[in-house]
Parts: sequence; C-alpha cells; structure tokens
Amino acid sequence: MSSGQEFDVIIIGGGITGAGTARDCAMRGLKTLLLERKDLTSGATGRNHGLLHSGARYAVTDQESAQECIRENMILRKIARHCVEETDGLFITLPEDDLAFQGTFIDACLKAGIRAEAIDPKVAIRMEPSVNPSLIGAVKVPDGAVDPFRLTVANALDARIHGAQVLKDMEVVGFLKEGDRVVGVEAYDHSSKEKKSFRSRLVINAGGIWGHHIAALAGATVNMFPAKGALLIFGHRVNNLVINRCRKPADADILVPGDTISLIGTTSSRLPYDEIDNMKVTADEVDLLLREGQKLAPELAHTRILRAYAGVRPLVAADNDPTGRSISRGIVCLDHETRDGIPGFITITGGKLMTYRLMAEWATDLACKKLGVDKTCRTAQVPLPGSEEIRKKKNVKFEDLGQKAAFGRHGARAEKIQSKDKYDDSLVCECEGVSIAEVNYAIETLDARNITNLRRRTRLGMGTCQGELCACRAAGLLSKANGCARESVTDLAGFMNERWKGMFPVAWGETMSEAQFTSWIYEGVCGLDAFSEKSE
Amino acid sequence: MESFEQCIKCTVCTVYCPMVAVNPDYPGPKQAGPDGERYRLKNPMFYDDALDLCLNCKRCEVACPSNVKIGDLIQNARLKYSARKPGLRDYMLANTDVMGSMATTFAPIVNGMLGLKPVKKVMDKTLAIDHHRTLPKYSAQKFETWFRRKARKSQEAFPEKVSYFHGCYANYNNPKLAKDFVKIMNALGYGVNLLEKEKCCGVALISNGFKEKALKQAELNLRSIRKAVSRGEMVLTTSSTCTFTMRDEYAHILGLDNSDVRGSIALATKFIYELVDLGKARLVFKKDYVKRIAYHTPCHMEKLGWAVYSTSLLRMIPGVDFNMLDSQCCGIAGTYGFKKEHYNDSQKIGESLFRQIADLNVDVVSTDCETCKWQIEMSTGVPVENPISIIADALDVEATIKANQKK
Repeated sequence: MSSGQEFDVIIIGGGITGAGTARDCAMRGLKTLLLERKDLTSGATGRNHGLLHSGARYAVTDQESAQECIRENMILRKIARHCVEETDGLFITLPEDDLAFQGTFIDACLKAGIRAEAIDPKVAIRMEPSVNPSLIGAVKVPDGAVDPFRLTVANALDARIHGAQVLKDMEVVGFLKEGDRVVGVEAYDHSSKEKKSFRSRLVINAGGIWGHHIAALAGATVNMFPAKGALLIFGHRVNNLVINRCRKPADADILVPGDTISLIGTTSSRLPYDEIDNMKVTADEVDLLLREGQKLAPELAHTRILRAYAGVRPLVAADNDPTGRSISRGIVCLDHETRDGIPGFITITGGKLMTYRLMAEWATDLACKKLGVDKTCRTAQVPLPGSEEIRKKKNVKFEDLGQKAAFGRHGARAEKIQSKDKYDDSLVCECEGVSIAEVNYAIETLDARNITNLRRRTRLGMGTCQGELCACRAAGLLSKANGCARESVTDLAGFMNERWKGMFPVAWGETMSEAQFTSWIYEGVCGLDAFSEKSE
Repeated sequence: MESFEQCIKCTVCTVYCPMVAVNPDYPGPKQAGPDGERYRLKNPMFYDDALDLCLNCKRCEVACPSNVKIGDLIQNARLKYSARKPGLRDYMLANTDVMGSMATTFAPIVNGMLGLKPVKKVMDKTLAIDHHRTLPKYSAQKFETWFRRKARKSQEAFPEKVSYFHGCYANYNNPKLAKDFVKIMNALGYGVNLLEKEKCCGVALISNGFKEKALKQAELNLRSIRKAVSRGEMVLTTSSTCTFTMRDEYAHILGLDNSDVRGSIALATKFIYELVDLGKARLVFKKDYVKRIAYHTPCHMEKLGWAVYSTSLLRMIPGVDFNMLDSQCCGIAGTYGFKKEHYNDSQKIGESLFRQIADLNVDVVSTDCETCKWQIEMSTGVPVENPISIIADALDVEATIKANQKK
C-alpha cells in the first residue's frame, strides 16, 4: 500500500530526537512525517535518568558538552516549563573523595558558563536534609529534573499542531530509492499488519541506537556502540535537590528527584548490539546502585524500591576509527550525500536528551539547506504546548489530587482535559492521581492506544502499586474506546508482565508483598495468566 | 522504612472508613494517607483541604494489614500543611480545661443558658456550633475540689496506690464517674492519688490544630506521670480517648518520647480485669442489681484493643443482660460532630448504631468514651454510662472490701 502524498521530510524514530526534529521541521513549514516502530519514547528516551543537566558533570572532562548542556538547560526552563523541575543540584564531596577536585570542578563550571557556587556543608544539609551528613564539601549548580515522556509527547504534539503527521507502530523495513537517491521508505504497520510505503524528498534517521540498523538498510555505515546504563526507582521523593558526587564521573553517582519518585543511576557497561532490545538488570548492578546510592543519601538503604530498568546510550564511533575506541558523546549530524554518496538521507545521532533541541536544529538546518528552504529555527523561543504562560484559575475550590497532578503533567494543556462530572474526576491510577478524564484525554488527543502508551503519557501504573489497581481500570476504558475487549485483556496481561519484569530484580520486602498481592488479584482471582502469552 | 511505604494498596482502610461511607468529598484514608503523602513530599500544594473531614477514629489503622500509620499520616499532614487557621469556635471546643474551669464556677447559669433554644441558635449562627447539640452540662463542684476536701486523707491508709488521670470530663462534667472509680479502687484495697499536676490530655487541641499548646500540656502531663510511675504507681484513667492520646498520639503526632511510661498508662477497666483474672482481687456484686446493657466500642477503644476488658467486667455482673453492639463509629469524634459543617455527616455515620440500640431496647448503653456518650444519648434518648459507673452501682462495697481484706 502506498500513501499518495509526497512529504518534504520523513523522520524515523519517535524518541526525543525524532520528535524534536519533527517539531522543528514542521515549524519551518516542511511537510513532515514522523514514523515510530512502537510508541513515542519506547526506546532509549523512555529509559533516561530524567536529569536536567546543568553541564557540571561534563565540565572537567568535556567543555563542549558542558557548554551545550547549560545553554539547552536554560532554554528548556523557558520552552518546556511543564516538563522541567527547577530543583538545583548539589555536587558533594565525601571524606573518601579528594576535596582538591572541588576547585578544579568549580573553575571548569564557571568557564563553561555554569553558575557553580561552593556552599558550607551545613548549609547543604539544611537545603537537602536527605544528603549524606558526613559530606565535607558541596557545590550548588543549576541542575534540575526533566520528564522525558512529557517532553517527547509535547514535541510530537506540537509537530502535529504545525501540520506534521505522526504514525506509531510503523517500523521502517526498507528504503525507496531512485538510483542512489533515497526517495522514501517502506514500513511495516504493526497495527494493520501490512506494508506501506511513504515518499519524501528527504529522510532523516533519528533512530538512536537503532539508527545503526536503519542506516544499514539505506546502504550507509554508522557505527554505534551501545552502552547499557541501569537505574533504580525509589518509592517516593527522597531528595528535592539533585545530588551528585564531586569527582570524575563514575557509576551510580547521581540521585535525581523526578515527580513523585527518586532515581539513582547509572551503571555503564558495553552491550552487544543484538541485545539492545532485550536488556536485563543484573543483581550486581542492583548491588552497585544501592551501595553507591546510599553514599549520596543514606536513607536509600531503607527506602522501598519500585523497580529497576536499563537504558542504552547511543554512542557513535568517530568516522575514522572503526574500532570504536575514540567515542564521541557529542552531536553527530551526518550528510550521507557527501559522506556516502546517498542523496536524500541524513542521520542525526549521538548527543543526549539534554541537547535534543540542538540536535533537531542541526538536522533541520541541513534539511532546509538541501530543500532550499530559508527559514530560521524558532524552537528555542516558542514554548511547547502546555508550557505557554499559565493563566491563573479562579474560583477553584477542592481541587483534588487528580486535577492538581494533571496540571503538573500537562501544564496549560490540562485545561483541555474535560471533566463533566464526579465520574470523570474519579481516579484510574490512585498512586499517581490519574483521573478517567485524563485517561480519555490521552486516548483522544495524545494517541494512546494501549496501557503502556497511557503510562508514558500520564504516569498511570508508575506509582507504588505498579499497576495493581489501575491497569484493569485502564484496560476497561481502552476497551470502550477501541471497541475490543479481547485485545484489552491481552494488553492487560502484557502490561502486568512488563511491570513484573521491572520489579523482579528488586523483589524483596514490600515490593515483593505488592507483587504477590498483585498476582493474587490478577492470576488468582481473575485468571489473567491464561492471556499472558503476548506482551509488547 | 517510612510507614506509608508499607502500604500495598489493598484499600481495606477505605472500606472501614466511616466518613467515606457517607461523604464522597472525602478521598478516603488510603488516598489521604499513604498515597497523598507521596505527593505532599513532592510539593505541599498537593495538600487537600478535604482532609479536614477525617474523624481521626483510627479505624483505618486497625483495619490495615501492613501496619501503616494511616491516621497519623493524615493528622500530621493536617497539622503541617493545613492553611485553615482555627477560629474562636475551635478554641472554645479545644480548650476543655479553660472552658471547664470557667463554666463550673457558674454551672447552674451556664447549664441553663446552654440548653436554651435561642442561645443554641445564636451559637449556631455566630460560632457554627450546630444547634442540634447541647453542650455537656457542667458540674457545680469539680472532682478535684471534692477529692481534696473529702477523699484525699482517707487514701493514705491504703498500702498500695494507683494514680488517677481523671481528664476534663470526669473533673468538670461528671465527677460521679471519678468518685465511682475511687469507690471501686478503695473497695479493692487500693488508694488513689491524683497526679501532681494534670492538664487536658490535648486530644481536642490536636484535632483543632493547636499543636503547640497540645505539646505544652502533654509535656506537663508526662512530667507528672513520670513522678507517679517512679513511685511505682500505675496511672489509670476512665476515658478511652485520654488513654489513647497519652499512649499513642503523644509519640506519633506530638513527637514526644513516652516509651518509658507508656506501659504504665492504662484504662481502669483493664487494670481491674487483670487483677481479677490473676486472682489478686475479687469483685462482689449486689444480688438485686438487674440491667439490660448494650456495650458500644469507641473508636479509640478499638484502636487500643481493650474493649474486651470493659466488656468482660460487665459480663461478671450476675444481673446484667449483656449485649454487644457492632463495633462502629458513633459519628461524634470528640469535638468534630459539634461543628455545624459536620453535623449531618456525624449523624449519618452513627445512624445504623442508633437503630441497633433502639431495636435492642436496653436500659442503658455502656461505653468508655464521654463524647460517644453525648452522641448516643442525644440521638437515641437511651442513657449512657461508663462501665466504671455501672460496676460501682452494681458493686456490693462491704462484701468486696471484706473479700479483698482476706488476702
């Protein structure tokens, strides 16, 4: 099947880079199509740490990355205020660390334009009571927290508002070519189970780590080196300031408060490319994260752990080094026309969540140049949908948890969540305060088609009970919206299995009790295990 | 581990919450407690004013299989985050000591006034104390005054002593209860000391948002209690709520360490039952005492888990036809039900209890809590007595003294 229309640009990959690029292209008037093989943020973006880097972490080792980070940090505070928490961060020195490093660190931060200020350890404890009280030094920096789900969804939404098409469950399986020139893609539609082709003047590969494979389909070589990073999610917000170790970057030395939880991360280990779709967190990684995490905040030793997960950093080998030893963490924008003789094909990769907007700007600049479009980038000035100036609501009494939480998640867009009555206000996810109205908004406006989609758009199922109470309610609402109960039951079983997968590496204590109670309900009472053959 | 993290979201607390059953504006203990706490830790703006609806009955904590201090989480959140400042009405209801001292002096006038319809209307309009309510009658003489003048001397003759925390109700409103307690203890061979200093336990101060004042009074009470305990005396009470407050709320809400004396604070019925059970004392009852009684378990008694002591003593009285009422909240929750905004919820919560009492056709309802007493008397017309008063009335004092002298 072929879609009749021709696009200016097709972007492959619904992570933050793809969504950001789609937004930039659409805002510059290009006829844009974004293709994602699963769901927005289902790759590395959704397994991010959620740290709004000030750049301080890179200041000593990589000035360029540090400067990019602080610039984008300040931009995101303005354009993505509903995705960002302006918490500030601490870089602490523990007795086992070298306090002399603090001076080097502050100098490097200031040189990169990062406001870094040494503070008295006693003051640091007052600012962040959970911090290890044996600290001997502290530096305050403008770190923060950023929600990668919200940020990606807002970019995709804005791309759509500016005329782009966003298609999920659409896996690129080949390229349409005229001679050497790429003139479109062939994709497999996982929902209708058929092949489709889409024609365009340019294709941008924003597939992150999977971009290695996508480039190969087009006949180009982009050497990616997957690096696995494992993280733990704690049951509540332990800290309100980001806590880092003031030393050269190492494992498990960042504790980030994100919405209702705290995250410790990360480990770092090389991963064979063929394992990127099937990562497991090992017991050694859990031990390492807990051991190091407690040094930042001793309270973590007796805080409930909700789950463990691992993401994969898309590191790119420098072009002249096929061994991969010389690896860049910087942005890599490849013009395959000049590099490989494949006109119509661009790859944007490397970088990090923090610099997604800049990556998108580079890729879109190149696209515009090739298409002969003379439009400047405005993504650093125009707020994302939800982050517009928020008008103060008047006469709101008894604003409940659901309404307040939805406001935090959708910013000014929360006004579009239509609640007609008490039923609409009632909660689907009680841990995270997601109402029926919000679920319906996500289904209708944010293209959520299954429970996992809903989780990424609303935090449904991300709380303490990990889907125990909300998953079946969500399945009910989805089955109403999709008109298919059977599909919802299979979806429910898959979702519960996926929740268990994250709980398994940390299944002791209360997390184990919770999992057991959940299994009584879903397997014992509802017999759901009969439907659990398929998961996402 | 923080107690709220032990919640496995089974929601049984919400099933047992009396407020959830009558008022859909209340999000229920699970959401107000452990769920809400996660959000309040993120940002205090997530505090929900609907938490004012909590009765602090602690039935959620009794129901919880995971030992989550749900009621404490809610009380602490109210004290920490509520922007609502307590007003004059709350001050009057909370400061039972101040009001009691003033009112007993002019008891006949005050009692007369408070019972008048126009006065009730005015209080309803100006203070938002619901006009259906009659404030408890004050006694003309405080128990403390009576004790100093009439009883203190004779206590010295007893070799074994207990201390008595009488609380506001026995002191200002119902000295007969306190006198009944002294009568029983003396008959069992125990002398009674009052604490060196005693202030209201503070339960009403806590629930009305006066944490600082509650803290001061608690510290004073604990100092007195420690002195009594160091003399080797138990500190006994005749109110389940005062007992619960001093044992649990002092530590959980006010943050005081009372662990050294907590085990020495007990309801009189528990102390007496244990004496009898261990064979250390005997109760002899009048042959001609006949009553049909129903026992109501106050919420804080349920939380203490001590209803069994009071009911077992009542069942020992040969002439008592004993009936156990279903354990449920009567709706008053201390000063809560006096407030105009809560009156309807309060009566709805107690409705099934009132019906059960009416159907049983008893002579008297017995309960260990004074505010339950007011609620049940107002709502059913059936008189309500503390188990101590019933035991005192049924007791053959001379025979009991003799029975306990033999040892």
